[in-house]
Amino acid sequence: MAAFITFLYYLMVAFFSACFIWNFRRSKNWQTEVLYLIVLLPFLLRLFRLK
Amino acid sequence: MKNRYALRKTIFTAAFLLVFIFSGLSFYRSRHLREPVVAGDGLLEVRKLSHYFPGLKGSINDASVYLLGKGTSSSGEGAALVLGGAHPEEPAGRLAAWLLVENARVEAGRLFVILTANPSASTSTRPGGAYPPDYEIPTPWGRQKFRQGDRWSNPLDQWPDPEVYIHYPSRQQLAYMDIRNQNRTWPGRPDGTMTEKTCYAMTQLIIKEKIDLVIDLHEAELQYPVINTIVAHQKGEDLAALASMMISSEEGFNIGVEYSPVALRGLSHREIGDHTPAIPLLLETPEPFLDATRGKTDRALLLTGRDEFVMKAGRHGLLFEKLDENGWPIEVRVGRHLSSIIQIFKVWTELHPDRPIQMENVPRYAEVIANGVGYYLKNPDGAPAGRLFYE
Ligand SMILES: [Zn+2]
Repeated sequence: MAAFITFLYYLMVAFFSACFIWNFRRSKNWQTEVLYLIVLLPFLLRLFRLK
Repeated sequence: MKNRYALRKTIFTAAFLLVFIFSGLSFYRSRHLREPVVAGDGLLEVRKLSHYFPGLKGSINDASVYLLGKGTSSSGEGAALVLGGAHPEEPAGRLAAWLLVENARVEAGRLFVILTANPSASTSTRPGGAYPPDYEIPTPWGRQKFRQGDRWSNPLDQWPDPEVYIHYPSRQQLAYMDIRNQNRTWPGRPDGTMTEKTCYAMTQLIIKEKIDLVIDLHEAELQYPVINTIVAHQKGEDLAALASMMISSEEGFNIGVEYSPVALRGLSHREIGDHTPAIPLLLETPEPFLDATRGKTDRALLLTGRDEFVMKAGRHGLLFEKLDENGWPIEVRVGRHLSSIIQIFKVWTELHPDRPIQMENVPRYAEVIANGVGYYLKNPDGAPAGRLFYE
């Protein structure tokens, strides 16, 4: 059960990471671009099992 | 206009990748830092916890168990298990266990030592708490680096946490994150979480090896009332009280005795006593690094135990242990643990001459303070064949 939830959790992390990257590419405001990248960092660190 | 956006995004992306790669590398390195152990003459064998519970095989928490004794040691003699690193962020416990494995010569009985009882917890820190990733102990041959570690198992290894942690088998409700706290998951269960399985494996070790005494090494913040003390299961009340008297008269410091509350579940000093024939004792030393009102949380504070903000809390009467300009250096904390273990074994052997546990060559309180912790750490480059291990 925990393994299944963990799998869903990593899928969710991947989904939101993709959303942040997508929004970063579409954004035209430098402040929101920086914001997307700052938020993306912990998501990627978890997705790659670094932190 | 379009080009300007593209250029800006390229610069931002490059900066992001730089931060990501450097932080990722730093986290990866500290998670995989290998700590050398040069076992001393007393070593008979190194086993894995999965030897006692195969369900732990392949897990990061399949900890190493160092078995010390004499070639002739038999299960008819006494046996003790010393646990360091149940909470790896309490370094005096791990270092004291290190010095045991590297120095102790066991004259009677068998001594089992686990340096990192929760290996997973030793691979993460609290960046939100500004923890350093590691610390170094100076030795005559150089500096030995250790992982800083955390109180809880790494979420990379055990996830998710429940809303409320229901302890097995008491069904007591505990804080959610304590399902990753090894001193809340005793006695453990074979089909539980990784942390529960680790405790289950150690419980099996205690039963199968006929362990008489379990000594669980910890440290505590000064704003916590359980400090500088031996916490004893009711089976070990006499032993702890006698040891405390011997420590005060022979070792040069005072240590209190507290009794393990029956209503507090999941702790080693409660559950090991209730679920195995062994007597569990938990030792606490002061670690100002853990106090919530501390200042800069760096390697120096971890090792010197000196902090003006925690001292200020002391002036306001908020501490359960004194703290002055001398701090609580790591030598004092490790020395306290080692002298306490020496005296506990001595008292045990006097009370149970048929099941003796005797060891030599372990540095005591005064010696560790005089020479430093690193003086007793062996150089891995000069390790005899078959004696070098890694945690
Ligand atoms: Zn602890």
